Amino acid sequence: MSEPILTLEGVETDIGRYHILSGVDLEVPRGQVTMLLGRNGVGKTTTLRSVIGHWRAKSGRILFDGQDITRMPTPAIARMGLGFVPEDMGIFSDLTVEENMTLAAASGPLSPKRRDRIFAAFPPLATFWRAPAGTLSGGQKQMLSIARAMAEERRLYLIDEPTKGLAPAIVSTMAAALRELKREGASILLVEQNFAVARALGDRAAVMEGGRIVWTGAMAELATDAKLQSRLLGLSVEGA
Amino acid sequence: MSVQSEGAPAHRPTFAALSPRDKLAKSAPFLLLPVLALVGLALIGTWPTWLTLTVSGLAMGMMIFVMASGLTLVFGLMDVINFGHGAFISVGAFVGISVLAGLGDWTGAASLALNMAAVLAAVIAAMAVTGALGWGFERVLVRPVYGAHLRQILVTVGGLIVIEQMIHVVWGPDEIFLTRPEMLKGVTLFAGAAIETYRLLAVAVGLVLFVTMRLVLRRTKIGLIVRAGVQNGEMVEALGYRLRLVFVGTFVAGSALAGLGGVMWSLYQEVITAGMGEEMMILVFVVVIIGGLGSIEGAFIGALMVGLLQNYVAFLAPKLALVSNIGLMTAILMWRPEGMLPVVRAK
Repeated sequence: MSEPILTLEGVETDIGRYHILSGVDLEVPRGQVTMLLGRNGVGKTTTLRSVIGHWRAKSGRILFDGQDITRMPTPAIARMGLGFVPEDMGIFSDLTVEENMTLAAASGPLSPKRRDRIFAAFPPLATFWRAPAGTLSGGQKQMLSIARAMAEERRLYLIDEPTKGLAPAIVSTMAAALRELKREGASILLVEQNFAVARALGDRAAVMEGGRIVWTGAMAELATDAKLQSRLLGLSVEGA
Repeated sequence: MSVQSEGAPAHRPTFAALSPRDKLAKSAPFLLLPVLALVGLALIGTWPTWLTLTVSGLAMGMMIFVMASGLTLVFGLMDVINFGHGAFISVGAFVGISVLAGLGDWTGAASLALNMAAVLAAVIAAMAVTGALGWGFERVLVRPVYGAHLRQILVTVGGLIVIEQMIHVVWGPDEIFLTRPEMLKGVTLFAGAAIETYRLLAVAVGLVLFVTMRLVLRRTKIGLIVRAGVQNGEMVEALGYRLRLVFVGTFVAGSALAGLGGVMWSLYQEVITAGMGEEMMILVFVVVIIGGLGSIEGAFIGALMVGLLQNYVAFLAPKLALVSNIGLMTAILMWRPEGMLPVVRAK
């Protein structure tokens, strides 16, 4: 097995006085979708933010493609090829959709090929290309947020709850776009609360509890084991 | 919206036209200026007087805008309250006026080209010095106090006092009187009104600066980064941009613009004092607040409103002139508590 694209070793992160991550060990394999699961408040978002450097791990190591990024500034980590979709989507609402995409393509102009691919995945972005991003609906903003991560070649995508609060029709658009990314061989670390989406997309799963990873394995294994789900995630009905 | 399919999105977005009410709400700040000018005309009554006051107000507004534009971006981008900004206005004025004094042959000649060359040299020197000063100010004073408003106020007020005193050390304690270059002295007759030539120049410089800033902010990548950074700096960094560098650049540019404003203001007043920048800061803060933090357009409209109102009121009811700007700020904030065109929402 090749070296993982992302490795966390004993990562501990505090936010203010609160101890959020207490030793996260995680490997994200190349070319696969790894689901980061767990109940609310167990540290999933903090894990992603520690990787991109928005919050600093106070101990432990984070390796991105073999390189230690634990103390690296956020822009340098991003430039190594990391596409980040934060939980709040991080849309620049006073900028147009086009301007959001222009910024997302940090190393050069957005290639027409990529733009067409993004339009194919998210047609509303073509319709509202010149509109201020703040006027988009919640689902469209989420599309833009993922489209921004797709604006350039990335070695790894960190995506935080892309289907949160979205209408079912839009959830399926989102899932289709992520499936397309997966088909192209992208490496993705995805936080997802919608278990149906997680089951459909995930190759691997890592479940967090109290600031630690408590279970890792194949997504298929978790998906078929109702007892395991209920123990780890508190899901009472399969396919919630 | 009810069809759920794989792949193709099921919803078809369309453009909805804004209702007339929404349109009005959106463009209301831009309409305030012509409304203010028309009300002024109705109250003042005579055309030449009104035109003189209006050009005077616009010139004053443009100069305040030059001083406020950097401050609003610095505040919006890094949430830094910089009271030291006023010191850059004073330093710019003293450096610029010293250069002009040294170029007495050029300023005294009855040649517009030579006069303008002298003013340009003064402006370049003032902007270079205040830009460099701003760079040092950010590095030494502001950097250690990011995220702490109270400490920013204390430290930057301290910096302001030190720089003001340094001006006394270098240029002496007295105010310095000056005269404008020869060709900028008189008045120009225009549409039946006598207008000071220098005011027309001030209006032109302000307009050029505003248009340039808008172009940079709208059409260049640096501009996009600044506008995006004002809204969500963290995300700008996550896209791979070193926001720190952009911020330092904005701080330096803002300080240089304060220097430009200082030169313009001193040629307008024909006297400079070490405390002039500090005095201007009241108007500058009023403009930044009523315009909406982080907004160049807001600062522009706000500055022109302050300039016009001050001139109209000084003519119509001189005793009210002192309170007119605070009154304007109160009224605007009651209407829009975050300013006319806020970019930065309450943090």
